[in-house]
Amino acid sequence: MSAPLIVTRRMMERPSDSHTIDAYEETGGYVQARRALGMTRDELVETVKSSGLLGRGGAAFSAGLKWSFLAPARPSYLVVNGDESEPGTFKDRQLLERDPHQMLEGIIITAVANEVHHAFVYIRGEYPKPARRVQAAVSDAYSKGYLGKGIFGTDFDLEVVVHLGGGAYICGEETALINSLEGKRGEPRIKPPYFPAAKGLYMMPTIVNNVETVSNLAHILEMGSDEYTKLAHQTDTGTFMFSVSGHVKKPGNYELPHGITWRELIYDVAGGMRDDNELKAWIPGGASAPWFVPEHHLDLEITKDATAAAGSMLGSGAVIVMDHTTCTVRAAERLVRFFAHESCGQCTPCREGTTWLEMILQRIEDGQGRDVDLPLLLDVSDGISVGLGWPPRMTTICPLGPSAVSPIIALRNYFQDEVMEHVRGGACPLPPVAQQQVIAGSRQGGGAE
Amino acid sequence: MSESINPTVEPLHVIVDGQEFEVAPGEMLIKAAQDNGTYIPRFCWHERMKPVGMCRMCLVEVDSPRGPMLVPSCTTPVAEAMVVDTASPTVKKAQEAVLEFLLANHPLDCPVCDKGGECPLQDQALSHGPGDSRFVEIKRHYEKPIPISDLVLLDRERCILCARCTRFSEEISGDPLIEFQDRGNGTEVNTFPDLPFSSYFSGNTVQICPVGALTAKPYRFRARPWDLTMVESSGMFDTVHPRISIHASQNQILRIVGVDNDATNHGWLSDKDRFGFEYLRSEQRLTLPLVRRGGELVETTWSEALDMVANRVDLISDEDGGSAFAVIGGAHGTNEDAYALSKFARVSLRTNNIDCRVDDAMAPHFLAATVDRALISDLDTADTIVVWGPDLKEENPTLYLRVRRAAQELGADLVVIHPRGTGLDDRATRKLNYRPGGGFALLDDIASGKHPDVTALLVADRVVVIVGRASAADDPRLAESVAAYVRSKAGSVRILPLARRANTFGALDMGLAPDLLPGRVHLGAIGCANLAASWGDIPTTPGKSTAEILEALEQGEVRCLFLVGADPVNDSTRGPGWVEALEAAEYVVAIDLFVNDSNRVADVIFPALGFAEKEGTVTNLEGRVQKANALLPGPGQSRVDWSILSDIATRMGRPIGLESAEIIAKEIAEVSPAYEGVTWDLLEWEKHDGVVVPISGAQPINHIPVALAGAPPPKSKLALHVARTLYDDGVLMRHSPSLRKLAPGPVVHLNPADALRIGAEAASAMSVATKDGEGVFFAVIDDDTPKGVIYVPFNQPGAVPLGSDPAVRVNPVAK
Repeated sequence: MSAPLIVTRRMMERPSDSHTIDAYEETGGYVQARRALGMTRDELVETVKSSGLLGRGGAAFSAGLKWSFLAPARPSYLVVNGDESEPGTFKDRQLLERDPHQMLEGIIITAVANEVHHAFVYIRGEYPKPARRVQAAVSDAYSKGYLGKGIFGTDFDLEVVVHLGGGAYICGEETALINSLEGKRGEPRIKPPYFPAAKGLYMMPTIVNNVETVSNLAHILEMGSDEYTKLAHQTDTGTFMFSVSGHVKKPGNYELPHGITWRELIYDVAGGMRDDNELKAWIPGGASAPWFVPEHHLDLEITKDATAAAGSMLGSGAVIVMDHTTCTVRAAERLVRFFAHESCGQCTPCREGTTWLEMILQRIEDGQGRDVDLPLLLDVSDGISVGLGWPPRMTTICPLGPSAVSPIIALRNYFQDEVMEHVRGGACPLPPVAQQQVIAGSRQGGGAE
Repeated sequence: MSESINPTVEPLHVIVDGQEFEVAPGEMLIKAAQDNGTYIPRFCWHERMKPVGMCRMCLVEVDSPRGPMLVPSCTTPVAEAMVVDTASPTVKKAQEAVLEFLLANHPLDCPVCDKGGECPLQDQALSHGPGDSRFVEIKRHYEKPIPISDLVLLDRERCILCARCTRFSEEISGDPLIEFQDRGNGTEVNTFPDLPFSSYFSGNTVQICPVGALTAKPYRFRARPWDLTMVESSGMFDTVHPRISIHASQNQILRIVGVDNDATNHGWLSDKDRFGFEYLRSEQRLTLPLVRRGGELVETTWSEALDMVANRVDLISDEDGGSAFAVIGGAHGTNEDAYALSKFARVSLRTNNIDCRVDDAMAPHFLAATVDRALISDLDTADTIVVWGPDLKEENPTLYLRVRRAAQELGADLVVIHPRGTGLDDRATRKLNYRPGGGFALLDDIASGKHPDVTALLVADRVVVIVGRASAADDPRLAESVAAYVRSKAGSVRILPLARRANTFGALDMGLAPDLLPGRVHLGAIGCANLAASWGDIPTTPGKSTAEILEALEQGEVRCLFLVGADPVNDSTRGPGWVEALEAAEYVVAIDLFVNDSNRVADVIFPALGFAEKEGTVTNLEGRVQKANALLPGPGQSRVDWSILSDIATRMGRPIGLESAEIIAKEIAEVSPAYEGVTWDLLEWEKHDGVVVPISGAQPINHIPVALAGAPPPKSKLALHVARTLYDDGVLMRHSPSLRKLAPGPVVHLNPADALRIGAEAASAMSVATKDGEGVFFAVIDDDTPKGVIYVPFNQPGAVPLGSDPAVRVNPVAK
């Protein structure tokens, strides 16, 4: 755990002013952007490809490969996905708020590599402070000539527009984000044919990259891709930002190397369970991911392959930890309610199925469950995610619907007895939810604006 | 979409449920399977709209290297060697799940739902559903039903959110006034606040709704679909003649639905075509012949009325010969009726004073037989489309949809030239406004290179030019000049002249023009031998046009006028002149459904059969002959036009020898070269979409130099633009209450700047005066009307006719 910090180093070293352009330039900022402007498109794509940088939005797809798929039509666009809405995920918030120039430099590098002259930063609507910080950073960069016409005195033009979302989780899905950016309803597009690399924003080739992904780029150029690959463990490259929340003593964002175990993450990094309670379950990669339980997964290495083999995903790095006081029916209901609320309503199985699941779970939690309800939950889930496998075989347009099924899979796999206790006892066997203290984890290291 | 496989493209081979077939590349799986006999259930997919893959009903399994994949067949294009299973256990499970999801919140009110019995949700629940619901929770509830326009109601509880209606309004009709609102389980279709779904095409959404969520007021709770009798026919409210199916019960039309076809309307209809049938059952329909006795029109017997007319006509004929007669009308009926009228005028009345053009006034040869006449389908492949004529959305709504599709979906450049904003402007590559009466001046400007961006668009491979009379102030010869000019510029130009009355082109083809004989044969050339054999000796000097008949009536030169389905007082911008002329006429005979403002001075009115009450053929603006069919008896003793004319002719001793509509159709085919081989049998059994009759001996068209007599008023003065709207005070609309109330009424449109200058406020009363009339109109202030121009819709309920002269005075009415 002595790996170097990459994307959070500056904010750790200069917590008071890491978001300012002066601090950024004093610590080596915008050097790589200038360098990139002197490099060819192929050199840049090749460097990123060989660095092994993986997309940090959840899909963990090779960033360089994604770039190389960009269709030749022009204009092409770059959209930085800062619509961080997955429950439990708050890493991009910190990167946006505390090191916006790091992302802007990544935007410049991406733009040069992909002949992009118009980039958009789409920030979640509930992130006013990060958005203000990014907007201020963009303005500073414009006034220094780092953005706009002929950046850094070259003939390369780059406009950057900061856009705030309207409060929809689904706009984190890249095609829904593009629709939203175009002023349309935030509904995912059908793939094929609407792959962003071919028909994206305004039907032109578009790269959609996560904030953390883009924030890595200047460091890759600085270190060189060889050095960057040395950080890798198995097929996982670079570092990984975990947002740990829930019933741990030290919730917060942690930039970590790969290869540690869940036990180390929960008990060492995050300080162990609150009140030294018993660990009941955790969600390893955001609300969409099937849950892990201590009996099976505590000593598993945190790698994307090992997580996938165990039937879940690392996703966006959101780890939600639950102790033994947690009613899993209530937890599942809360998660399913979230997805039902956030369903765009476009496709039938998600629109109707997620709400139905929520209703059944609420009924069980209220003590009105029937013996047939568990099989019914599973069969309704099967209508959204055929076979309830992982990765899901969706009947839906996008993965939101199957995401709502993940908590149901957890109930089936590990908590059937608890469900049946609700049904047979006619009430929830666990104590009512305690008045939770507001956890300030997402503000870890945060200062005054 | 349903184009056959292009022979130059290698077909792909697909195996669906074990059966291999060839498909054109680019075809979607759902359509390929359907065309080869495998029906995949669906709700959101509609053949005439872009696929969206939303309902998920059409999921099928396609083999892939990673095993079978569930994909929506409506958004999955076919690929070579694709192996598809549409009924695997996984597919069936998914389809049952989707249906159970859709039914979870769907009310079980099928017994009182209009859609019951013809409902895709009902049908597919039966064929592909689980047969049972496990949903025990409380269903979604909304206020039932809410009116979203004057004609359409929305029941959001029944809605399955397939987005067919919202996509239609955005993708097809171009007036996206309904949209999804909210999200997830709370998603609903609705209108925007304070903006009703006031689309001219709203009824289409009712037709394509796969459940009973959208219903139309005229049909609501009127019938069960299995009780309806149906017949296919042609819509008779514009010159496209959209293909329709008429549904009736107990001798009343209850609804009209569009029939899908490639040739004309793709299944879409304007609300006028769809809902414009109320007049047929109006209490005001004529049921017995009326004769004037003691100054009053009174009912009488057919024999008395026919004898009266025959005797009086005989008398006038003996005294003054054929030149004392004139005939106006015939453009609303069938070709058979038009042919009978043409033959009656020439053979029995011995006159060529006959005209079906009440106000269009473009040259008959240009309208009926222009060189290079376009097919409607030529729009689909055009590089540039020029529309210089009426606002198609108002006057030719079916054609408007086709032009919009060409510009919006098929990439054609569109040039729109009109005195003010039109329904197509949002899709126009270039739009030019001009002052009413200034059409020729603008054409000269374009020809002399003052609008290079327009001329650049004309230099294209395939150009279609749609021309008609854009404004009452325009010289009617402008259209032909525009066509001639465009034709001189581009590679291949196809021309589509427009007329207002629905069967104008059929009537012209039957010779209802002063110098045309049936088959678009010029009078002077003495037609063909077949015609001479059938018609005998007929007058050979060209007769008078409608405008000339008006003058001849005033001067007493024409003594007897036949008005056949014509109302020039209302239907012509020279209406006030017609009131005087008709009062001056010695003897007026009318054949009509109603007493109207013109024939109310007639001496005899015969009650006629209308739309859906008589069988025959009709010819549309591209020359397509289609069958129009009968489903209803007419009211009372009303009769079909041709038989009335035939009876008069017989009683005059100059018979026209016509004994049935089908016999007339055979005679048309014999005597008019263009219609050779066009038989009812052919149209009934083989060519449902009709046949396009060829143009032989096409007339050259000319750029007609015109002294700019009708030039617009000086720029410092306002210029009046009078044009028609879809709904107006025409006699059929007057007796169709649901549609008549949608007419804009007496309004005057002004640009905001002009309104400010004159002192007009929205809806304030304005006095509008021309040399022909003066009246009160209510101000509508809009940006569609350019500065210096005011627009008054023609023939509105409660409006004073203003004539066609663009010189106008507008003042606020003192309060």
